[in-house]
Amino acid sequence: MSVATQPPVSAPVGTPGDADKPNRLLGLLELPSVGALFLWMIVPLALTVYFSFIRFSLLNPDVSGFAGFENYQYLIEDEAFWPAIINTIILVGAVLIITIVFGVLLAVLYDREFFGKNVATLLVIAPFFVMPTVSALIWKNFIFHPDYGLIAFVLGKVGLRPIAWFTDFPLLSIIIIVAWEWLPFAFLILFTSLKSLDSEQKEAASIDGANPIQLFFFIIVPHLQRAIGVVVMIETIFLLSIFAEIYTTTSGGPGHASENLAFLVYSLGIQGFNVGTGSAGGILAVILANIVAYFLVKMLAKNLKGR
Amino acid sequence: MNRLVPPLLVAILLSAITALAQQKTVTIATVNNPAMIELKKLSTKFEAENPDIKLNWVVVEENILRQRVTTDVSTGSGQFDLVFIGLYETPIFAKRGWLQEMKNIPADYDIDDVFKSIRDGLSYNGKLYALPFYGESSMLMYRKDLMDEKGLKMPDQPTYDDIKKFADALTDKGKGIYGITLRGKPGWGENMAYVGTLLNTFGATWFDMDWKPTIDTPEWKKAITYYVDLMKADGPPGASSNGFNENLTLFASGKAAMWIDATSGGGPLYDKSQSQVADKVAFAPAPIQATPNGAHWLWSWAFAIPQKAKNAEAAEKFALWATSKPYIKLVADDAGWPTVPPGTRKSTYDNPEYQKAAPFAAVTLQAMQTADPTNPAIKPVPYTGIQFVGIPEFQSFGGVVGQNISGALAGKMSIDQALKDSQAAVSRAVKQAGYPKK
Amino acid sequence: MKKSGTLIFGIIGWVIAIIIFFPIFWMTITAFKTERGAYSPDLIFMPTLESFRDVFARSNYLVFVLNSIYVSIGSTLVCFIFAIPAAYKMSFFPTLKTQGRLLWMLSTKMMPAVGVLVPIYLIFKQCGLLDNIFGLIIIYTLMNLPIAVWMSYTYFCEIPAAILEAGRIDGATLWQEIWHLLRPMTLPGLSSTGLILIIFAWNEAFWSINLTGANAAPLTAFIASYSSPEGLFFAKLSAASLLAVAPIMVLGWLTQKQLVQGLTFGAVK
Repeated sequence: MSVATQPPVSAPVGTPGDADKPNRLLGLLELPSVGALFLWMIVPLALTVYFSFIRFSLLNPDVSGFAGFENYQYLIEDEAFWPAIINTIILVGAVLIITIVFGVLLAVLYDREFFGKNVATLLVIAPFFVMPTVSALIWKNFIFHPDYGLIAFVLGKVGLRPIAWFTDFPLLSIIIIVAWEWLPFAFLILFTSLKSLDSEQKEAASIDGANPIQLFFFIIVPHLQRAIGVVVMIETIFLLSIFAEIYTTTSGGPGHASENLAFLVYSLGIQGFNVGTGSAGGILAVILANIVAYFLVKMLAKNLKGR
Repeated sequence: MNRLVPPLLVAILLSAITALAQQKTVTIATVNNPAMIELKKLSTKFEAENPDIKLNWVVVEENILRQRVTTDVSTGSGQFDLVFIGLYETPIFAKRGWLQEMKNIPADYDIDDVFKSIRDGLSYNGKLYALPFYGESSMLMYRKDLMDEKGLKMPDQPTYDDIKKFADALTDKGKGIYGITLRGKPGWGENMAYVGTLLNTFGATWFDMDWKPTIDTPEWKKAITYYVDLMKADGPPGASSNGFNENLTLFASGKAAMWIDATSGGGPLYDKSQSQVADKVAFAPAPIQATPNGAHWLWSWAFAIPQKAKNAEAAEKFALWATSKPYIKLVADDAGWPTVPPGTRKSTYDNPEYQKAAPFAAVTLQAMQTADPTNPAIKPVPYTGIQFVGIPEFQSFGGVVGQNISGALAGKMSIDQALKDSQAAVSRAVKQAGYPKK
Repeated sequence: MKKSGTLIFGIIGWVIAIIIFFPIFWMTITAFKTERGAYSPDLIFMPTLESFRDVFARSNYLVFVLNSIYVSIGSTLVCFIFAIPAAYKMSFFPTLKTQGRLLWMLSTKMMPAVGVLVPIYLIFKQCGLLDNIFGLIIIYTLMNLPIAVWMSYTYFCEIPAAILEAGRIDGATLWQEIWHLLRPMTLPGLSSTGLILIIFAWNEAFWSINLTGANAAPLTAFIASYSSPEGLFFAKLSAASLLAVAPIMVLGWLTQKQLVQGLTFGAVK
């Protein structure tokens, strides 16, 4: 049996003689990861679902009993619920677009040789190393601050009034901070993926008369498809539950302008040590994440396919 | 002689082993405020005097501390032997039986020296459950030099009408001077701490005697309108993200002419290494308006022992040491009188050295003695607490109201909308929690 | 290779790098300022080590940094032990279920940590895993495992199966296949994966603060003790942050060389 006649979906298994052994062995390779994650998912998830249907407040043990959908109702009927969902989606979308577009451009730029490239690369990656809380504090107090911040300083020099970033543009400020934190991640993955792009292919194309723009769109971007898919999936999962940056700077305010679902859950549930509400919020967040993932997978289907 | 040495060695070894074996660790969870940092530094003296006790410190930021301590105490996980909690949590935790009573208080500790308002705030059913480490109220801090320049004089008890007059006169945005700065950052312990006192003194309440929220009322509207208008005219930009620290920086760097906030702000402002206005700042009682009730808040950070603590006796020993008169003297010798833990003992305020070194002492003393959490409003209310409502749900709905108020301050929503939303949020919260309780 | 373009690219590359790095640069110089001077926009100032001295006096840095190292490297190693076999299988021997399985793995990360804090806390309390390094390692491994599998899978997919087959036909055993063929080709990818996993674990500030006490607290708890609601803290926070970021910056620099080593697929042809 030759490799070529096997259906594309099942794998080339090696020499015909040991067709059966590797299959069983291969299954074992996956098992530890899948098994561990399954437990990790099921146990807390089951507990959280359970808690979401009872009345459970750490500070108020008298309030107990089955709550039905009360906890969910409490969250969904809150004025801030739908704005929070919209903010969550805006936050995720904006950061994804910024980090991927700039990530690709930067990766292409840094693919070239120039003086001191190694040091420059380290500088570009640096924001990823800093703790989100610290990043948020630096941006809040040293850059965005209308009295002491760098932007206010520059604006003052050209005679413009300072901008109160967290008051007038709260969500945008959060987007900027988070995009700054995650750009290095996108850059790192895309940059590494670019390393496996065959330079012969690039040379052949330019010999054929392709200009840099055509090179970019027809050779580089397609090669990066899979990496972009990975970046999108991983970043989305993290961005959906951004919390520390909001907590440190705006606390969801002013009003509810920069509140996302994670912060809302904290504000209505965790802050009052109301485990029932907090758990209901967690389940709602999982539902939202699943919806987003469904659409993402549909959009990126071909990026995520295997070899 | 030689024959004695081996048994002597054995005796020494044995006692060392037994001492080590009996060494109790006391795990302490605390906030990272300057006073606590100083305590951690000086606690080595306690360990030297008590070699069988080892102190393990967990120092975190206030909100995280609250989360960890509440989770630990309410689930009885026994992670901590000694925790720092506030005037807000103590009665709530004590009621649930999560704290051990502070029983073995020796006479020379002089418990009556501790301010009665604080002692009562940290008790439940007449029993004391926490030992106060420091206490604070709120007061007005202002720039005497700027007032003198404009020929203004601060009355002994200013009203909020006075404040508006002064703020308008002192604001000079061209020179970068704001007439007043106030907390605006959302949070039940941030902006709502200050706004709570403003509401009280304007005659507003959180609930009526039937536990119906009274937020959508003319008194609230008057108070919040005053706050928003004042800050818009005379406050710094971005006020809705300024908390205690940001305002301290603004005032200390000379950008604000007046500031109403915690009495513990006095220390840093008077410290030349941190403040540029140390020789220009003066203090006055917090302003009043329709009633003096609840015009300045009452807060204390205190040591409490969780029910499931592993080494309660050693923990109590340390707590007594850290809140005693000798400890206060220790801090004075080490870091100077202005930095001693304020607001707990009358003896501190009677001390002439303290009075000389801390010009804010007199105002603080008056504030501490007149703050009454059992009587926070212009009319009778079903709750205690001046800048908070002493029920567990307050942390959550207080936070939501704080968000709405900061939204109004930033001009993102109208005051009417903020009040209406807050009324709805608080109603749902107390309904979910089952108020009024049968 | 056009030489003239190199200079322009170099300039653009550097300008961007400096802009991106600027906030960190500012944090670094603030670490050397006094608290009072921390808020001024001065670039020129008298540097002082007083903030570092305060930080070292106040906290036992060594305990925190060791905890961070144990937990980050520990959880990353365990992650790789689980993830690489799985990724190898999924990439080179995929089945119809493979894509679904990958997506499901990622879905385990959809629950925000705030929602699941109490259940996990209670479970850990029962198992005696509170304030315990192994408890943290377990959580971080589970937290990072989906990422490890995804990224390893992606890099494995870029290796043409033909190379491994060629090796197999030449008589290589499984071990030789992995060590001599797979490893060199995937090293940059796996290095960047490892670096990313370590960073995620290093900077994780929710579980590490809520599940630890005095014994297992890593650097994130150390930093949390410098962001104070009362009192000026910026110079000290900057100093503390610098101390928290330094070990990982060094690691990043070392791994960079691996990444930048680059590779070509000339070998296939």
